[in-house]
Amino acid sequence: MVDSRGRGTSIRIRECAKTFPDGTRALEPMSLEIHGGETVVFLGPSGCGKTTTLRIIAGLESPDSGGQVWFDDEDVTALPIEHRNVGMVFQSYALFPNMNVEENIAYGLKIRKFSRGEVSSRVEEMLDMMQIHELRHRTINQLSGGQRQRVALARAIAVQPKVLLLDEPLTALDALLRERLRVDIDRLLRDLGITAVYVTHDQAEAMSLGDRIVVMSHGRVAQVGTPRQIYFEPRDPFVADFIGTMNRLSGVVENGVLTARGGSVELDEHPDGPIEILFRPESATIGNTGNSMLQGRVSGVFFLGDRTRLIIEEAGEEPVIVETAGSREFETGQRVGVDIDRDAILVL
Amino acid sequence: MIGLSRRARDGLTDLWLVGPASLALLVLIFVPVVAVAILSFTDYQFGARTFNFIGLENYKTLLTDPIGRRAITNTLLYVAIVIPFSMIFALLVAIGLHGMASWAAPLSRILRAAYFLPVAATLVAMAIAWQMLLHPSIGLVNTFLNAIGLPGQAWLSDRGLVLYTLAAIGIWQTIGYNMVLFLAGLAAIPGHLYEAAACDGADRQWERFWTVTWPMLGPTTLFVLVVTATNSFRVFETVATLTKGGPAFASDTLVYALYREGFVYFKAGYASAITIVFFVFVLVLTLTQFGLLERRVHYR
Ligand SMILES: Nc1ncnc2c1ncn2[C@@H]1O[C@H](COP(=O)(O)OP(=O)(O)O)[C@@H](O)[C@H]1O
Ligand SMILES: [Mg+2]
Repeated sequence: MVDSRGRGTSIRIRECAKTFPDGTRALEPMSLEIHGGETVVFLGPSGCGKTTTLRIIAGLESPDSGGQVWFDDEDVTALPIEHRNVGMVFQSYALFPNMNVEENIAYGLKIRKFSRGEVSSRVEEMLDMMQIHELRHRTINQLSGGQRQRVALARAIAVQPKVLLLDEPLTALDALLRERLRVDIDRLLRDLGITAVYVTHDQAEAMSLGDRIVVMSHGRVAQVGTPRQIYFEPRDPFVADFIGTMNRLSGVVENGVLTARGGSVELDEHPDGPIEILFRPESATIGNTGNSMLQGRVSGVFFLGDRTRLIIEEAGEEPVIVETAGSREFETGQRVGVDIDRDAILVL
Repeated sequence: MIGLSRRARDGLTDLWLVGPASLALLVLIFVPVVAVAILSFTDYQFGARTFNFIGLENYKTLLTDPIGRRAITNTLLYVAIVIPFSMIFALLVAIGLHGMASWAAPLSRILRAAYFLPVAATLVAMAIAWQMLLHPSIGLVNTFLNAIGLPGQAWLSDRGLVLYTLAAIGIWQTIGYNMVLFLAGLAAIPGHLYEAAACDGADRQWERFWTVTWPMLGPTTLFVLVVTATNSFRVFETVATLTKGGPAFASDTLVYALYREGFVYFKAGYASAITIVFFVFVLVLTLTQFGLLERRVHYR
């Protein structure tokens, strides 16, 4: 396997904040380093400042004074987008409706005064790479959403930009198409070895595409880390809740044992007092009533094919969600025991 | 009662909805047009008891008589001046005000209203103002020209100048309306397209204009063109109030000639021929514009 790290332009964001003219504080001062060739995903709920950050990197917005954006060793803060050499895929695609597919892809090359031969060979290359050869003479209105997205990607990378910026490129597409294009984009980013910043509010997209994920909330960075770190070691309750499903169990610790509503859990080395522990649905198993750590009553059963998701009441103050292998059958009202993998327990 | 199928009932409803309006259209427009067309082949005079069919005589007069030809060429010249200038100025003003809205919104709104004023005001009233401005000896325009050392002009009584003066007033009157249409068109262009063009390296204003603004404004421009063309073909109020077609028919236009022949000289037959020629001009113009350009401005 080729290691793509080290190629591509690194991006450094230094103390970038953004206050819009109407007074909206979209971004608190933020610093972040993105390595050359890395794919970083900005993940967070709608309105948390992901697009604003991306636009600051692109040069479409300027940060409040004091903020700086660096591409490698160059301070590009004052450089407008047209001189930053970035490729951008807009959420709305933003393809030119008066041009056909080929002309859209060729546009940036022509503006940059590439020779006619270079333009056409590069366009061919893009059509090949995105597998849209048969669409080359179509106008944009004759394309489906997925096809438009491919053309938008082709246009963005045709000019061989230093960095590729993608703002929720798959959000407008249906689930199946989203899955397929996600795989394609992943392959593309690895093959190109280009530095990429990808904005999404979809955690599955973030998990599968990102070398690192930047979780954002209310204009702040909540956590930066690899998908594994974000999933298994969330730094605060917001991140824990936003990524995947997280159970909360509250109670009081006495002599290293947590007593909750439906039973008790042994914890190592925790001071006495009230506490809340967190664990993932897959870190708990259904045991026999009597021997298990917690006792509860099944209030919801969702058969998902390969596994079954159970909602269990009375184990804690809030319902606990547990996932088990699909073969065993449950019914609502049934009393069950719950055991938690103690190594997977988080205390924040 | 006979049970009608759902389709038939829907069809009847459609007819019922479209019927009265179509009937009114037929009675009020098509019938008069046909009547006028017939009259144009006669020597009918208002109030006369009889008339004779004289074939194409009226048309021949209009197209060969110096006065008739003058009205036609004057109208074409007027249209040829007003269309491009009022459209180009309106587009420039609209682009300026559209851009200004983001950094000086109140000023942009004030200017917008100012440009629209001539559209809202009655032209007959405005004509009085123009008459005073353009008065050869006490008019503001000549006073100003004299002040900067240029000779004053007889704007409305110089044969070589009068049509251009009227065209200038026509442009002044049309810019505001066209500007409002262009502003609406500009507001509908998605900002992302400009950003995409910039991202692709279009770093000059005119590159963005040709890549985004002009093509996206296509349908608006076509509409403005059609409206401006038909309106300027109909030029009448300024002629009637400021020059009465003079001096010596130098500012005579089709609709003013139509009014004079029909309502001053009561030559209904001749006036009808002028009407038909006018009608054909406007029809041909409109059909060409829609037929030729419609396909090129909508991207489907
Ligand atoms: N041009 C703007 N003017 C004023 N407020 C804005 C503008 N753009 C975005 N905002 C506000 O800034 C915040 C962050 O927006 P954005 O970065 O688009 O969020 P996200 O992409 O994460 O959904 C939101 O509250 C949004 O309403
Ligand atoms: Mg966004």
